[in-house]
Amino acid sequence: MKLIVAIVRPEQANEVLEALFRAEVRGLTVSRVQGHGGELERVETYRGTTVKMELQDKVRFEIGVSNHFVEPTVRAIMSSARTGEVGDGKIFVLPVERVHRIRTGEVDEGAVTPLLETGDSAE
Amino acid sequence: MMMLLQAGAPAEMSAPDTVWMLIATALVLLMTPALGFFYGGLVRAKNALNTMMMSVAALGVAGIVWALLGYSLAFAEGSGFIGGTGYALLRGVGLETRGTIPHLLFMAYQGTFAIITAALISGAIVERKRFGPYLVFVALWTLGVYAPVAHWVWGGGWLGRLGVLDYAGGTVVHVNAGAAALIAAILIRPRKDYARQAILPHNVPYAILGAALLWFGWFGFNGGSALGVNRGAVLAFVNTMLAPAATLLAWMVIDLARTKRTTAVGAATGIVVGLVAITPAAGFVSPLAAMAIGALAALPSYFGILWRSRTRLDDSLDVVAAHGLGGATGALLTGVFATAAAGGTDGLLAGNPRQVLVQALGIAAAMLYSGVATALLLKIIGLAMPLRGLGRDEAIGMDITQHGEEAYTHGEGAVLVVQGTASETHP
Repeated sequence: MKLIVAIVRPEQANEVLEALFRAEVRGLTVSRVQGHGGELERVETYRGTTVKMELQDKVRFEIGVSNHFVEPTVRAIMSSARTGEVGDGKIFVLPVERVHRIRTGEVDEGAVTPLLETGDSAE
Repeated sequence: MMMLLQAGAPAEMSAPDTVWMLIATALVLLMTPALGFFYGGLVRAKNALNTMMMSVAALGVAGIVWALLGYSLAFAEGSGFIGGTGYALLRGVGLETRGTIPHLLFMAYQGTFAIITAALISGAIVERKRFGPYLVFVALWTLGVYAPVAHWVWGGGWLGRLGVLDYAGGTVVHVNAGAAALIAAILIRPRKDYARQAILPHNVPYAILGAALLWFGWFGFNGGSALGVNRGAVLAFVNTMLAPAATLLAWMVIDLARTKRTTAVGAATGIVVGLVAITPAAGFVSPLAAMAIGALAALPSYFGILWRSRTRLDDSLDVVAAHGLGGATGALLTGVFATAAAGGTDGLLAGNPRQVLVQALGIAAAMLYSGVATALLLKIIGLAMPLRGLGRDEAIGMDITQHGEEAYTHGEGAVLVVQGTASETHP
């Protein structure tokens, strides 16, 4: 199993979600974060005060997947989040020691496998 | 604003009339920032400032072009189609009376109407139209569309002579803005996210605040259209309270019947639709008729909004359904419910079916002219500059790309830029 962490532009976040759903990636967590990826600072002015916004709003996706799902997930994010400008973000693929699904107590592969594949018709 | 007295009518200035009209002018002026809150609450957070600025900027642009030329084109002696330039640059518009109030005050009061009418259109094109071309559009539209239509009905033009009843602007303001909004939404085309993802209001409390302040200001809009302290003012004022109350009630009942829930956005919209619908009728119908007009007006607008959102017409904040349909419904029902006893001309129920036809003609004329002229103006402006931003600018949000500001900043990561070199050379 891997944990995929992707940092993307907020304006691309909906595209990424759509692409992930099309790739049948079901379980994910999204949070709004701030960071800096080398892009040009944006200048804003409030009355006489001019400021450079060093931190940009970004959206972080965290997705736990089984090994054969890593490539489709990365491809989906890559194609949907890319605009070609500096600041498109990063995708990190991290090893995962253990995963528990809280509701059933399933561990590891079983815990990150979408419910459809486990034949759990109650869901 | 019926029965406009021509300038220079030898009436004495009335102090009570002047006091009321000073207050009414301030009330109507407040409606434009109120509209900014109503519209601003209904868009996404990244476009909140841009949307509110479209209303705020109209105070500056439409307000100034009105004083310089628009007022003259609407209210100076001219043809049946448009006024002359007799009052351009406020020549001859001073403290002498027009009716029973100073002419200058009459000009200012009318100016507040021109401002909000232009701002109303912005609801159809928010979240995508570039701000520069919008300002040019507001200036040209106020002169080229609002002023002539106001002249037709109130300035001695051909619709007024035909006997069209429009107490405070159902046709001049709302049908006019609604038709312009329809054309603008079509020509500027849908937002890139429209019908692809859910676009939700970012601050419903703002929308309610906006509707509440609009209602408050509307007492000056309708009550002030009597141009003095008289029976018409009281009737219009009370009808402005009762009709939106009936629309609000009807809206909540339809909501309940359809979905088993009443919605806050629906309630705010219902109030605005009721205000729009009673505007042409305010001083011409009895309070009971006002309630009937309010309740009936809920139907076309409610179902118009439902229908519109399933089409490719991205009239983003439903200006056409709320103001176009609401204004047309109100103007037609004015022809049904008006009575000479209340202050107007007898309508259908008082035995004069012809009045409904006259009202329909007024609506059709305003729609046709406003639609065609708006299309021409947008085409011309579009030749000089692009009307909408790049898709990427739209994605980032119009606040940052058009104004270099955000509605909701957190300040983290913002580094102060010290301007000039003085502080850097002398640490």
